[in-house]
Amino acid sequence: MGHKRLMLVVALVVIATLMLSSCAKTGDKQLEVFSWWTGGGEEAGLNAMIKIWEEKYPDIEFVNAAVAGGAGSNAKAVLATRLSAGDPPDSWQGHAGQELIGTYVAAGQLEPLDDLYKENGWYDVFPATLIPLISKDGHPYSVPVNIHRANVLWYNPAVLAQYNVDPPDPTSFDSWIATMDALKAAGMEAPLSLGEAWTQKHLFETILLATVGPDTYTKLWNGEADWGSADVTKAIENFGLILTYVNPDYASLSWQDASKLVADGDAAFNVMGDWAEGYFRVDLGLELGTGFDWMPVPGTKGSYQFLSDSFVLPVGAKHRDAAIKWLTLCGSKEGQDAFNPLKGSIPARNDADVSLYSEYLQAAMADWKVDTIVGSLAHGVVANDTWSNDISTALGQYLTDKDNAALQAALVNLCKTDGPCK
Amino acid sequence: MQNKKERLQAFFMVLPSILAVAIFIYGFIGWTVRVSFTSWKGMIPDYTWVGLQNYINLLTNDPRFQVDVRNTLLFTIPFVFGTLIIGLISALLLDQGLKGETFFRSLFLFPMAISYIVTGVAWRWLMNPATGARMSGLNLLFSKIGLDFLNSSYTATPEWGMAYIAIPAIWQLSGYCMALYLAGLRAIPDEIREAARVDGANEFQIFRTIILPLLRPVTLSALIILGHMSLKTFDLIIAIAGKSYALDMPSIYMWNTTFDGHVYGVGAAISILLLISVAILIIPYLIYSLRKEAQL
Repeated sequence: MGHKRLMLVVALVVIATLMLSSCAKTGDKQLEVFSWWTGGGEEAGLNAMIKIWEEKYPDIEFVNAAVAGGAGSNAKAVLATRLSAGDPPDSWQGHAGQELIGTYVAAGQLEPLDDLYKENGWYDVFPATLIPLISKDGHPYSVPVNIHRANVLWYNPAVLAQYNVDPPDPTSFDSWIATMDALKAAGMEAPLSLGEAWTQKHLFETILLATVGPDTYTKLWNGEADWGSADVTKAIENFGLILTYVNPDYASLSWQDASKLVADGDAAFNVMGDWAEGYFRVDLGLELGTGFDWMPVPGTKGSYQFLSDSFVLPVGAKHRDAAIKWLTLCGSKEGQDAFNPLKGSIPARNDADVSLYSEYLQAAMADWKVDTIVGSLAHGVVANDTWSNDISTALGQYLTDKDNAALQAALVNLCKTDGPCK
Repeated sequence: MQNKKERLQAFFMVLPSILAVAIFIYGFIGWTVRVSFTSWKGMIPDYTWVGLQNYINLLTNDPRFQVDVRNTLLFTIPFVFGTLIIGLISALLLDQGLKGETFFRSLFLFPMAISYIVTGVAWRWLMNPATGARMSGLNLLFSKIGLDFLNSSYTATPEWGMAYIAIPAIWQLSGYCMALYLAGLRAIPDEIREAARVDGANEFQIFRTIILPLLRPVTLSALIILGHMSLKTFDLIIAIAGKSYALDMPSIYMWNTTFDGHVYGVGAAISILLLISVAILIIPYLIYSLRKEAQL
């Protein structure tokens, strides 16, 4: 008799558990967000957003599925595996633009976000020139949380003073060359510091922008301008010229190593995205204006070459409602102002609270409102992964043979095989 | 009867690992071969058959793959021969019955316990090609002790940079090679040397006509092991050079193409070419050693 009663209790417990777990499936009790934000300001920023999430939606558990390592390349490999297994996270981080569009939208894995953009009024608060760069066929596919600027020239004012040279004019590429010639003549071997492969691609995209201007630059990437044109020839010549001013050991330096050369006074200039500002100010404890200073890469003043981390809504998200709540938070003023001061980037919205940000970021926010927005190549905005990767190979080859014509031929060809050119 | 039952038992004991190997190694090799015959590009699997097109492109029309083949040779030759020679010399020296042999043996073997990534990072610092005020590592050491002529731009040397990657690899594996040779030397009976001495051979003649020929099987094993390791090198180069085109290898090209560029068809073709080149080294050796076992 006692035995039977025990069995009954066990059965009831099992049934109750099953009912509870099926309940959990109907109303979203969970949200899984996938990213490679596992350290530094990125992790701090994400945690600040998670805190807001927990206050707003205490019933929905936030599952932080971050994968460390390799500037996102490990995470992308894990994500690819999960997607091919039909197990997408509810939302994931990706560089806004073609890196997401060419990869996941092309594979039909993302939902367009037109409604979300309309409901939240994002068409009004995000810059108008930004929207086409993160859209395909007029539909936006991701919500940008932060904005970084790629076309920044960092310099050491003390070094320029020491050699008695004025900073270059940010509207003129040639004035930058003249400055570096003066430094070289005064005995500085390598006025411009450079690092490993992706920093070379980063330098190339800024020189391309400086030479051809923002309109042609954007048209090159969407197939409306010709890669075989004299403009591009000139850009490649300029890139070759710039490479004569760099340190010989670039292949073995990380971007921090290269930026540090400027901080230490071993080089005068470094072209790097504006995450370098956090490195100079926080990690190296330097002050803007004395220890380091910045300007747009000469020749690119008036253009804001951006890159952005953004979040997406996958087709078949297990907790779709929660994912939409998450995306709403990502695009909100509250969410962006929580994340960005910690990450060291500016919000994509143009109505953020300026007082929360550092001096450099305030200047960047002012530019973001008025500049022409163009996308970065090295950080996934303008070219899909295949195209971008093949350009890396062509640039790598260029660094070993310095063959201008071969690089241009490769660029013309890659736009046809990997990009939109016919 | 008992024997048959035991055999059956044994078979079922190894069955799980046979299945696992069949699926996770040979099954996946087969699947990779299949992908390598397709034009799969992007996130959606695309099994459009293109035949040998990927292979033909790589072998005839791809400057990067040609750089990779050249770099592989440029790395493999100094690495394998450097390791063999240094391994043999250190084994011969240790075999002279010196005091503290165990200590030195462990000392030389230790680098092998370190991962390639650590070796790579340390040697990246040592082989820093920076000049002037920023000079560091070996170059700084050389110029401090007046050996400036030894200063080098190491892996940044145009054309020949790849050969310098062999230095850390030799450093890491010559101890292992030494251990192999030491075992081989210990297996040579003293009687043979004694007999040669009685016949009036000098030490160099003994070394050349007795010891070296008797060490041949060890040399062959070492050659195979080092050879296939050098073909597959990935982590050491990533640690020293990142993804630099000048120091590219097929394994890095494969990673780039497959996981950065999502061109799975071409990536699979590179992996299969890599597998074939390793197989060319290993299969004759396996056949040779299986035959030998059968003879015993």
